[in-house]
Amino acid sequence: MKNDKLSLNRWIAEAEEKGQSLQEFLIEYNTRQLECDRAQLLDKMKEMLRVMRKSIESGLTGVRSHSGLTGGDARKLQQAKSCGLLGEKARDAVIFAMAVGECNAAMGRIVAAPTAGASGVLPGVFFALEKHYNLSEETLAEGLVVAGSIGLVIADRASLAGATGGCQAECGSAAAMAAGAAVTMLGGTPSQAGTAAAIVFKNILGLVCDPVAGLVEVPCIKRNGSCALQALAAAELALCGIGSFIPADEAIDAMKSVGDALPCALRETAGGGMAATPTALAWAKQYFSQDKDK
Amino acid sequence: MNIIDVIGPVMIGPSSSHTAGAVRLGLLAAGILGSRPVRAEIHLHGSFAETYRGHGTDMALLAGLMGWKPDDARIPEAEKYAAECGMQYAFHKIDLGNLTHPNTVLFRLTDGAGSSCEIIGSSVGGGQVKVTAIDGFPVELTGRLPAILTLHEDRRGVIALVSSTLANGGVNIATMRLFRNDRGGTASMVIECDQDVPSSIINLIGALEQIRSVRFIAGVL
Repeated sequence: MKNDKLSLNRWIAEAEEKGQSLQEFLIEYNTRQLECDRAQLLDKMKEMLRVMRKSIESGLTGVRSHSGLTGGDARKLQQAKSCGLLGEKARDAVIFAMAVGECNAAMGRIVAAPTAGASGVLPGVFFALEKHYNLSEETLAEGLVVAGSIGLVIADRASLAGATGGCQAECGSAAAMAAGAAVTMLGGTPSQAGTAAAIVFKNILGLVCDPVAGLVEVPCIKRNGSCALQALAAAELALCGIGSFIPADEAIDAMKSVGDALPCALRETAGGGMAATPTALAWAKQYFSQDKDK
Repeated sequence: MNIIDVIGPVMIGPSSSHTAGAVRLGLLAAGILGSRPVRAEIHLHGSFAETYRGHGTDMALLAGLMGWKPDDARIPEAEKYAAECGMQYAFHKIDLGNLTHPNTVLFRLTDGAGSSCEIIGSSVGGGQVKVTAIDGFPVELTGRLPAILTLHEDRRGVIALVSSTLANGGVNIATMRLFRNDRGGTASMVIECDQDVPSSIINLIGALEQIRSVRFIAGVL
């Protein structure tokens, strides 16, 4: 059965055998799957990129969630004078990722890539790279094909749902997708893209889904920011030629086995982790009692 | 699953399973009922019951029942619109047991003509959904493709008649599943098609002697 699963390692090997870039290989793969041509696939990706860009813009206006729990932090970070700990690229990735997270929490329009809760990671990484490397829309669209394909492998071998695999399956998967895509957009090899995805899972393994009061706000919004950073760190390692002892497919399988072992309380039910802290519980109690009065 | 499912859909936040998936479950439920319900008793199970307020699951389900898509910017105000269009609704918590998917909803819907329908569906992750029971009948309807849903007598030849009607009408069957309670009793077909099925073909199927009811349900992905 195992051999029937999609395999990032196999795609990488095939691309390298053919001497193709990973994005070209995966564009061919996905046009076959969708029975469309290259332009149609990339147009669809560009349409998604345009929505992502709008979500960033909306988030950066300082929108607040309906619960009032979160909002305005992406704008605050953007306007604050940097203390210089993060470089401009990393800082922008965090700002953009959190902006989309805040747009999402405010019931704004986003691209669920791979899910709504993790929808900030890809825009964070993609638009930070666009800004600082002057990447073309075409390059970003090709990168999104790579990100989506990595997501397909994760969905097939593990899961992209927090209710199934915890936050590692949502923000973790988004970071792995973004890391692989970042490598290809910056000219890395197919195997470097796989390495970057594997490194992300090694670093993010076990991350639980523990939304305060069940809302996609705390800790989700900041996790989108930090997972964008994880993606950049993994891409940097991979592009510098550092390998991963654990291959990508096995790292994804490890993520699945950890997800399967997570108790229900740590899988989106707001029953554990940050959601079960006294502060979270007190806030949730007050929030839901307000709700009943309406 | 394909890349469009991973990089997408475009949706109103905050949760693909609890918001976008909930819109789709509402859309499917209204499609199965055959029209917009005038009365909706909505029972939430598991994580849906625990966290529906925070995820806007309630707004999303109502939005779907009103025929809206997951990227409709009015979703945060669905309650207001539902009240305006005279839809009566109530949300309840229900325990459907440990074996039920955590994001599950049971609808009891009534249409303007007074006929009602009970539908159970789950949001299974990433906005993908699955209707698993209609009026106590086990089915599997995902909304990925346009579908035909029948209730018919479990007799030999029904499937051939239905599939040849579709073939003659130029409709290709993508997937087909059969369900029945008892041998020779009531049975059901869920036929997913590669294209929308015109009402003329639905009427031909409905005219077959063994068919008790047939409904076309548009895709919701």
